[in-house]
Amino acid sequence: MSAVLVAENLRRTLPGVVPVTLIDDASLVIDRGEFVAIMGPSGSGKSSLLYLLGLLDVPTSGRIELDGEDTTAFDENRLADVRLRKLGFVFQFHFLLAEFTVLDNMLLPMLRLGRLDPQAAAERAHGLLALLGMDGHSHKRPGQLSGGQRQRVAIARALANDPLVILADEPTGNLDSHSAANVQKILRTLVDEHGKTVITVTHDAAFAGRADRLIGIVDGRIDPHWVPPTLAPVGIQATPKSQ
Amino acid sequence: MMPLALRIAVTHILARKRQTLVSLSGIVLGTAFFIAVSALMRGSEQDFIRRLIDNSAHITVSDDFRSAGLQPAAERWPEAVVAIRGVKPQREVRGIRNYREKLRYVESLPDLRVAPVLTGSVVLTFAGRVQGMTLSGVIPATIADVTTIEEKIVAGSLDALAANPNGIVVGQGLIGKFRLAMGRNLAVATSEGAVRTLKIVGIFRTGNAAYDETQGYVLLKRAQTLLDRPNRVNRFIIQLDDPYRAREVARQIEQRIGYKSVSWIEASEDIMSLLLVRNIIMYTVVIAILLVAAFGIYNTISTIVMEKTRDIAILKSMGFHARDIRNIFVAEGVIVGLCGSLGGALAGLGLMHVLGRISIRVPDMPGDLTHLPLDRSLDQFMLAFAFAMIATIVASFLPARKGARVHPVTILRGAT
Repeated sequence: MSAVLVAENLRRTLPGVVPVTLIDDASLVIDRGEFVAIMGPSGSGKSSLLYLLGLLDVPTSGRIELDGEDTTAFDENRLADVRLRKLGFVFQFHFLLAEFTVLDNMLLPMLRLGRLDPQAAAERAHGLLALLGMDGHSHKRPGQLSGGQRQRVAIARALANDPLVILADEPTGNLDSHSAANVQKILRTLVDEHGKTVITVTHDAAFAGRADRLIGIVDGRIDPHWVPPTLAPVGIQATPKSQ
Repeated sequence: MMPLALRIAVTHILARKRQTLVSLSGIVLGTAFFIAVSALMRGSEQDFIRRLIDNSAHITVSDDFRSAGLQPAAERWPEAVVAIRGVKPQREVRGIRNYREKLRYVESLPDLRVAPVLTGSVVLTFAGRVQGMTLSGVIPATIADVTTIEEKIVAGSLDALAANPNGIVVGQGLIGKFRLAMGRNLAVATSEGAVRTLKIVGIFRTGNAAYDETQGYVLLKRAQTLLDRPNRVNRFIIQLDDPYRAREVARQIEQRIGYKSVSWIEASEDIMSLLLVRNIIMYTVVIAILLVAAFGIYNTISTIVMEKTRDIAILKSMGFHARDIRNIFVAEGVIVGLCGSLGGALAGLGLMHVLGRISIRVPDMPGDLTHLPLDRSLDQFMLAFAFAMIATIVASFLPARKGARVHPVTILRGAT
């Protein structure tokens, strides 16, 4: 398998009177079609690492290569273009636009990219909603859906532009156990059946157990020896892949 | 299909109907008042200038000079120091010298009409009462071309002066004051001691009480005899097809004939500057109204931006550029501004219609109803529209720029 995402010596420091280091010297390689879970104690820098890998935040030093493209020198607009074409995001909160219907929410990234005409985009949106068991809800507004349904729409939206990598920040954090299990299953299916790469941050050891690989992070540093106690029995090691 | 930014903007606006309506009302009222007040002020200004232009000469050439001429000795030896004591100035009949030749020159100029006039002061006596009067000697055919006096005749006519060389046309104010009537005789005395009896052959009423009491018209020849100024006139009254060329034509005439030529613009400079000040005050007030309305839009867009920071963050995380975000919120301002300006233009038209129906009865002038003068020209609609649009674009651009600067990570971290 070839690498889709390569991070080298990432450091992210928040400037200030007392600078705060969020991520310190993080290096990792993620392959195409891999399901990676990032875990660690609260405040350890899991989300910060995800935002760096998702090109939402810019590292203070280090480099990130996505799909063979070095993004180090990219300005804000080029990073946005890469996100639009190659990345999809799912957050703990669904972040659907409340005034728009489910279909309109789906159409936004597709129309912004402009790869499909509006009719083809609508067809694709309906297809994705069907894939996630949300067909028949396209005309509804987010307020008319349950938490689990909203998150499924958010996942469908993340898939709208057929991204290489889906980045999920605690996507099951706000869901009941049934909905959470459903979302976990969907993400796993995306990897297994659709060849997507999924990187997820989670506190849920059971969810992390579904991943191919676990990356442990402690105090902003990737810790290859960190194993969450609940995962130890199943033998998943928290190890980043070396390049 | 609608552009994406516009589509999002329309959805945002429709989701906040009440807030949008308040902002919209501000712009509608601001634009409507701008148009109505501007129409009223400009209408009254135009009416005032029209009256000024109609009731006074566009150019008056008088028998004066702008600067006193040089003495013959100073002309002869311009570099020398000349001091001549006990100079006795040459006595000369006042008036424009060789006026016929100068009149021919003025008449040769295009797009104008000119009338020679000799004006002087006389004293009027009737039934033991005495009244000072300005007597104008005119040629009826030419004076009718350059003044509106013929339109103001309420009895008799100016042409009657040609038929009766001893005729006089006086104002209704004088008729009332002296209890005169058409066909009655008046004794007119000049400062030179000449006395002549003149017969009233016409009565005018201009509405200006002082003018109607103290002005009189006689035949030019009669005035020249009475005032002892044979073959002289002391004024050319000139009317132009385009009154706004008056300054330029006056300069041309003065350069050629030497006598002081004053355009109505020069003569009314104080009034014109007063009108300018009035316009500045008016536009300041109406622009202030629009600015207040623009603050309403600023407030609405700011609120939307504040409420939508999470949406902005997610749109940016999806790959929307900062300028896409800015365009969304500017589009919201433009939509409100556009609807408000168009609504304001319609409301302004309605206000103008209402104002145009108001009639005012002028005291002491029975039968004369005056309507508020309104300027209905398109350019003030354009001006109001432009101001409203600029105000709304600026008002929406500021919060839009702030929204575009939202850093998605900052919002996503704090969101629940």
